[in-house]
Amino acid sequence: MKSISDYVEMTAELLNLPIAPDYRPGVIANLEAIAEIARLVTEFPLDETVKSAAMFNPSPDEEIDDI
Amino acid sequence: MTFNLQQTDATWIAEAVKSGEISATQICRHVLDDIQQRNSSLNCFTIILKDSAIATAEAIDRDIAAGNDSGVLAGVPFAVKNLFDIAGTITLAGSKINQDHPPAAQDATAVTRLKQAGAVLVGALNMDEYAYGFVTENHHYGATPNPHDPKRIAGGSSGGSAAAVAANLIPLTLGSDTNGSIRVPAALCGVYGFKPTYGRLSRAGTALFASSFDHIGPFARSVRDIAIAYDILQGSDPRDPICTKRQPQFCLPQLNDDITQLRIAVADGYFAENGDPEVFAAVETVAKALGVRQRVTIPESHRARAAAYLITASEGSNLHLEDLRSRPADFDPATRSRFLAGALIPGSWYLQAQRFRRWYQQQVQKIFQKVDVILAPTTPCIATLLGQKTMAIGGKEVLVRPHLGLYTQPLSFIGLPVLSVPIWTAATLPLGVQIIAAPYQEASILRVAKVLEDQRIIHPN
Repeated sequence: MKSISDYVEMTAELLNLPIAPDYRPGVIANLEAIAEIARLVTEFPLDETVKSAAMFNPSPDEEIDDI
Repeated sequence: MTFNLQQTDATWIAEAVKSGEISATQICRHVLDDIQQRNSSLNCFTIILKDSAIATAEAIDRDIAAGNDSGVLAGVPFAVKNLFDIAGTITLAGSKINQDHPPAAQDATAVTRLKQAGAVLVGALNMDEYAYGFVTENHHYGATPNPHDPKRIAGGSSGGSAAAVAANLIPLTLGSDTNGSIRVPAALCGVYGFKPTYGRLSRAGTALFASSFDHIGPFARSVRDIAIAYDILQGSDPRDPICTKRQPQFCLPQLNDDITQLRIAVADGYFAENGDPEVFAAVETVAKALGVRQRVTIPESHRARAAAYLITASEGSNLHLEDLRSRPADFDPATRSRFLAGALIPGSWYLQAQRFRRWYQQQVQKIFQKVDVILAPTTPCIATLLGQKTMAIGGKEVLVRPHLGLYTQPLSFIGLPVLSVPIWTAATLPLGVQIIAAPYQEASILRVAKVLEDQRIIHPN
């Protein structure tokens, strides 16, 4: 898929993450698989009130009630 | 010496040591000799701490002779996946890259707690590089074969931890579980593997993989050993911000409590599809023994697995980004492409997966208002062959490596406590059944497992 190949090239450059030619096919194949997997998540409608499960506790000495 | 590790568990060893039936030093030397003889073929241990283990065992024997309290695990040998810090040794985390790290300055909290209980650390165990895998076919340190069939995998990523217990090298080990890395190898090797609630046990001093999902837990050959180890490992820890400040809830005193009031159900839908028939037969065997007929459906579990995959790949890659930039050739080829691809995941996908995690947690909370314990298979198949890339399940050809976590990933995704229990069906290799409960209900899980163990429905060999 050309778009994934281009995305890999441009994003890797943006991240300053050199990807050797030998590794490129494997990275592209993996990202193609990830894109398929991601579709299962991104196509699922979530109400905007659903909060991220990645939490930050500003006072780590106190207990977080939920996980 | 009458001691036979194959007929014992950690509890028996501790009782025998404390009663003077056998010394901690005798146990320790026996275990070390056995490891010396068999590890070249089993490839479980990557570090063997012979001198310090014998010195510790001798100190325990002196304590016992002096009448001091030597701890509930007095003289019990144990070992840890090589991502746990051991003071004075390098924490490899299955990698070549970490060989350049300095030795750990102190033990991981879990190691400290087991040592304080009298257990004797004898070494560190093989794993998939940086815990990113379900097979323990490590490019740098070799594959850990399945002790029941050396042509097959032990499972991973805590493969050395599971195989060492299954091979009777040692009665107690620790591993870590991000997407199934305790439960999958426990099932494929035929031992107990326990992943408590997310945040229940301290991960301080362990090399993390994907912090949103990283758990630690024990492997053992009996339910009582799992309960004892879990009870010892509980407790808050300022070194791990994820570790709960809830009071410990000790399971051993409750282990023989009646379970007739527990509402138990079998997970259907996603958890009853895409596996070999014998894995569902194993679940039914357990359900029948418990008199369970109820079924529950956990919705959208295929999306939970997908979201777990995205978060894992993204967080894992970020941890290793600098090494991916500067020395990619030093990664295991099996993890390198996945880490590189994971580093490129858009932030929006990651955040959507974290929001889906919240939604999925809310759906499962509703289910736990109606049931207390859920049963599901651990893996979709018995141990696959070493080097096997694909397998046929339900008429479809699927990749082995990611598919082994099919039934474990959606559960660790929301931090539920799960015990994988060993069961032998018509197949010549073991399988696992997951016993699942709501967060912090570990005692319910272990009580159910104890009933099954007492009935000999589940057992390690």
